[in-house]
Amino acid sequence: MKKKKITNSNSIRRSTRRWGLFFLGPVVAAFTIGFVWPFLQGIWLSMCSFKTISNAKFIGLGNYAKAFSDVGFRHAFWYTALFAIVSLVLINVLAFAVAYALTQGIKGSNLYRTVFFMPNLIGGIVLGYIWSMIFDGILSWYNTSILLESKYGFWGLIILMCWQQIGYMMIIYIAGLQNVPGEMLEAARIDGATRWQTLFKVTIPNVMPSITICMFLSLTNGFKLFDQNLALTAGQPFIIQPGGATIKTTEMLALNIFNTFNASGASSQGVAQAKAVVFFVLVAGLGLCQLGYTRKKEVQQ
Amino acid sequence: MNAKTLSAEARRKTILSVVLAVICVIYVLPAVAVVINSFKLNTFVKTDTFALPTGEMWAGFSNFIKGMTFGNYPFAKSVLYSVVITLLSTALILLCTSMAAWYIARVNSLFCKALYFLCVFSMVVPFQMVMFTLSKTANNLHLNTPWTIPIIYLGFGAGLAIFMFVGFVKSIPLEIEEAAAIDGCGPLRTYFSVVVPMLKPTMISVGILEIMWVWNDFLLPYLVLDKNLYRTIPIHIQYLKGSYGTVDLGATMALILLSIIPVIVFYLTCQKHIIKGVAAGAVKG
Repeated sequence: MKKKKITNSNSIRRSTRRWGLFFLGPVVAAFTIGFVWPFLQGIWLSMCSFKTISNAKFIGLGNYAKAFSDVGFRHAFWYTALFAIVSLVLINVLAFAVAYALTQGIKGSNLYRTVFFMPNLIGGIVLGYIWSMIFDGILSWYNTSILLESKYGFWGLIILMCWQQIGYMMIIYIAGLQNVPGEMLEAARIDGATRWQTLFKVTIPNVMPSITICMFLSLTNGFKLFDQNLALTAGQPFIIQPGGATIKTTEMLALNIFNTFNASGASSQGVAQAKAVVFFVLVAGLGLCQLGYTRKKEVQQ
Repeated sequence: MNAKTLSAEARRKTILSVVLAVICVIYVLPAVAVVINSFKLNTFVKTDTFALPTGEMWAGFSNFIKGMTFGNYPFAKSVLYSVVITLLSTALILLCTSMAAWYIARVNSLFCKALYFLCVFSMVVPFQMVMFTLSKTANNLHLNTPWTIPIIYLGFGAGLAIFMFVGFVKSIPLEIEEAAAIDGCGPLRTYFSVVVPMLKPTMISVGILEIMWVWNDFLLPYLVLDKNLYRTIPIHIQYLKGSYGTVDLGATMALILLSIIPVIVFYLTCQKHIIKGVAAGAVKG
């Protein structure tokens, strides 16, 4: 009986295999055009000097040296890191609080959940323009604008991202909170634990997987942010340094790379591609940490 | 004692409800601001952003009419292109990646494993890494129209979709497909009449995620499409704000309102699926 089954599934496997081109062909072709080839070419071009791809000339690591010595890029890196960490803390604390409140059996919880998630469906560009109107509306009372001071740009972007992302993280937290075993909460209550003790000693340890996912998600989202940054401030206000270099004070990494590609300098595209590779290593490193961490957690469970 | 804890519990719930209701109102305010300003004359949008469009500020529907031809590009055309690109890309991604995922999970050869690994890897690669070379490749292959850009979306978006489909196919017992094979189904028929119906819930989740991504995506179509001919809604709105010194904010808000309404209708009708899809796709960073 067992033997027959094995031959059977093997014969299915063999007959399926003959259709490989049909089943895999389209994805492999598109994946090569849309990812594999551009990725490999990108790594190659980051070590080249070029104006068009056809006349690329290998120059080694010069582009990387230029990228790291670029004041604007370094500023964008620290700005992005600061932004990512501040938004990570705020988004997760608020999203957890909202999710916790919504799992207490309050009337209208579904309506609140619907409203809090809604901003996620609106694109980054549109969000940026909605909020730039609102911030300018408020700041016009003080005769200023979000484009005039970098601290307004920073906190404006934080508020925007909280508005958008809290609902998303809330969904993940609600799913986690609903999986906390009811008997455990009951046991804690019978043992006389206060509400805060129950929250910190029972609930939070049980939703740790959700917390990990959400923290990594908001961290990588913060690092990769582009549309909202472009639409809200586009890097303004600019500071011109004594040396002649311009620092776009609210420009994040992704926007810095985009602007370097569009800059007119002779070697700027190679430098931009080198920056893109650095950016990729950074973001992929965070992503792989997340994958490794969640895998380990799954094994433990 | 019991009655006392009950009333304390009720009071706590009331306080929570009030706090949530206040947050809810704050959450809705930006949307309200868009609505009121889309009916306001341009000159008052900046000075009286939060006032109702009454009296001399009232613009009626003139913002909407002006917005239709704003920026020397008909808004209706960008809506059409957005719809075409979103629907074609989502359909293509669902069909091709589910086929590939089934084959990968069932055949599981060395090539399949390598392809699967590459797909997972592509999920952590930010778009900036490939944006320059991808846009050049797309140009060289003449994939720069709304009818061919779905191929690019299939290529760059395959990772997450294949990851989710493979995970699901692995949970389907093989016996069902074996039974189909014994009944005389070839791989093609097994896939389309046995596997696809079982994949439906995952297809909905993946489809929702792809629709949300493609509809709102700005940079990929911005770099790939010929922008004088083809503009999606995000590109159109970016052009309005980006290319003029003095922007007609009233008309921009009218267009933003028009572009949000279908999204909200879509959300309210498929809310359950959307929230499920988002929770399922939370692996992507």
